[in-house]
Amino acid sequence: MEYVLIIIAAIFVNNVVLAQFLGICPFLGVSNRVGTSLGMGGAVIFVLTLSSIVTYLIQNYILSPLEIGYMQTLTFILVIAALVQMVEIILKKASPSLYQALGIFLPLITTNCAVLGIAILSIQKNYDLAQTTVFALASGIGFALALVLFAGLREQLDLTSDVPKQMKGYPIALIVAGLMAMAFMGFSGIVK
Amino acid sequence: MAKESSFKNMTLTLLVITFVSSAVLAGVYELTKDAIDAVRIRKINRGISEVLPAFDNNPSEDVYKKFVDGDTVYVYIATKDKKYVGAAIQTFTNNGYGGKFVLLVGFLADGTINNINVISHSETPGLGDKIDPAKHGFSLQFHGKNPETYKLTVKKENGDVDAITASTISSKAFCDAVARAYAVYREDVMKKGKWNGNSGATPKQ
Amino acid sequence: MKERIQIILKGIFKENPTFVLVLGMCPTLATTSSAINGLSMGLATSFVLMLSNMTISTVGKMIPDKVRIPSYIVIIAAFVTVVDLLMAGYLPDIHSTLGIFIPLIVVNCIVLARAESYAAKNGAIDSIFDGLGIGLGFTLALTFLGFVRELLGAYSVFGYKLVSGDGIILFILAPGAFFALAYLMILFNMVKKKFIKDN
Repeated sequence: MEYVLIIIAAIFVNNVVLAQFLGICPFLGVSNRVGTSLGMGGAVIFVLTLSSIVTYLIQNYILSPLEIGYMQTLTFILVIAALVQMVEIILKKASPSLYQALGIFLPLITTNCAVLGIAILSIQKNYDLAQTTVFALASGIGFALALVLFAGLREQLDLTSDVPKQMKGYPIALIVAGLMAMAFMGFSGIVK
Repeated sequence: MAKESSFKNMTLTLLVITFVSSAVLAGVYELTKDAIDAVRIRKINRGISEVLPAFDNNPSEDVYKKFVDGDTVYVYIATKDKKYVGAAIQTFTNNGYGGKFVLLVGFLADGTINNINVISHSETPGLGDKIDPAKHGFSLQFHGKNPETYKLTVKKENGDVDAITASTISSKAFCDAVARAYAVYREDVMKKGKWNGNSGATPKQ
Repeated sequence: MKERIQIILKGIFKENPTFVLVLGMCPTLATTSSAINGLSMGLATSFVLMLSNMTISTVGKMIPDKVRIPSYIVIIAAFVTVVDLLMAGYLPDIHSTLGIFIPLIVVNCIVLARAESYAAKNGAIDSIFDGLGIGLGFTLALTFLGFVRELLGAYSVFGYKLVSGDGIILFILAPGAFFALAYLMILFNMVKKKFIKDN
């Protein structure tokens, strides 16, 4: 039950993008097509979960025992950068087809603040390893969901609607995102 | 512009940069450590002094932790002239409209609620955030009540608490948090006597 | 000196990180529920930007090309932690309001982008001014956005209540951040267009 709560909260109630404002750059940048946003979403779910597990282990077996908590930001971002590189190399060798699908998004993920943000949040929330894994996975899914829905809306927007000149580009994207955030607010309270 | 990359100079550069950065951070950490500690203690003590009558010990050192319902409840014992004043209990609930919120509840020796403060919450502004005494009088109704006789549930569920209009979930969660604090207070402080009249004599777990 | 002022102005107006480059959107949306929060976030980021620009323009030429990005990230992360620790010790209230978004300055694309596209190619002094200009542009944008959201959402300005009442709460909440930024962006582009025409 506890895990169900974490999952629902992370995907709907406190959606990483729409409620916590993590990962806005790729959200606005890579979300013109449903296809690309699926790829990006997949890559983020993968890296986010993996890096949260690794940073959890580092925090609890290295940083905390040595009492060097102030190294957290530095170590975490290095771990994430290294992980992204490793995933890229392994994917290239092990599954060229998956690499083709996710490859171009991987370098962008290092500076996706959702990855570092979720890693730090799981530590701050005092989650254990299982909770951290579930929380990271659900947050990744929440990111992917927001991204894909947003891409779908923007595709429609490009095709069918007559957007005023001044609003083209970022402004209309932001308005659409705001409407989505409003829709997602409807989910708050369901955790209870 | 940049130098050519060989394995040796790449490793060396990264090592040197990481080493220098760590050294700088360790230095800044040492410099700011006392200030950060002082801030933390001041924050805790200020919060406690808001929910309890005057005390003269340092409750942030007299802390007792208990793990309940998946998270930690903190019990801070306050004394004056080595006599027991009361305990401030940092409690939580997971049932808020926006998820978890954290309260600090001050109990007097007989279990009467002295005052309640909200430490953190993510309730909806204008609705659920009325649990905060800075925003609304909701939490004032708990003052001077003893949960032994005062039923900590909303009136709709046959309790004694007037819920915030249109924010029943937040009100119920608030009661849940206070009830959790009282349960710990009754079991660990009142019954087992986690204090025995001497400051600093709180048994640590 | 005139060129230096030009560098600063460029960061505020022509290359405004928020309205023109559209970088660093996460803190822009997340920390602007009031003017003072936006201002603090902007200043913290500016501080990191100036220091990292200065350092990278000085040592950048000694860094082998292939480990350039990791090296920059380590340098930026170190400065971010310095800011984090200083704020925790001396500005505890602001530190707890900004919360997780202080460590997240590390992944603010603006900082890395300036390191890569400006500091690595220019001298230390110019890079500091570039950091100052971009930082000021970011700070002004965040403060203004925070000002608008606070005004509409809480009817107050820098914490002082103008009219009693709750305000249009939506603007304090997440959706309002998106709406307010969208309209400010339109406004900025209109002003910019007019300004350029007049010149």
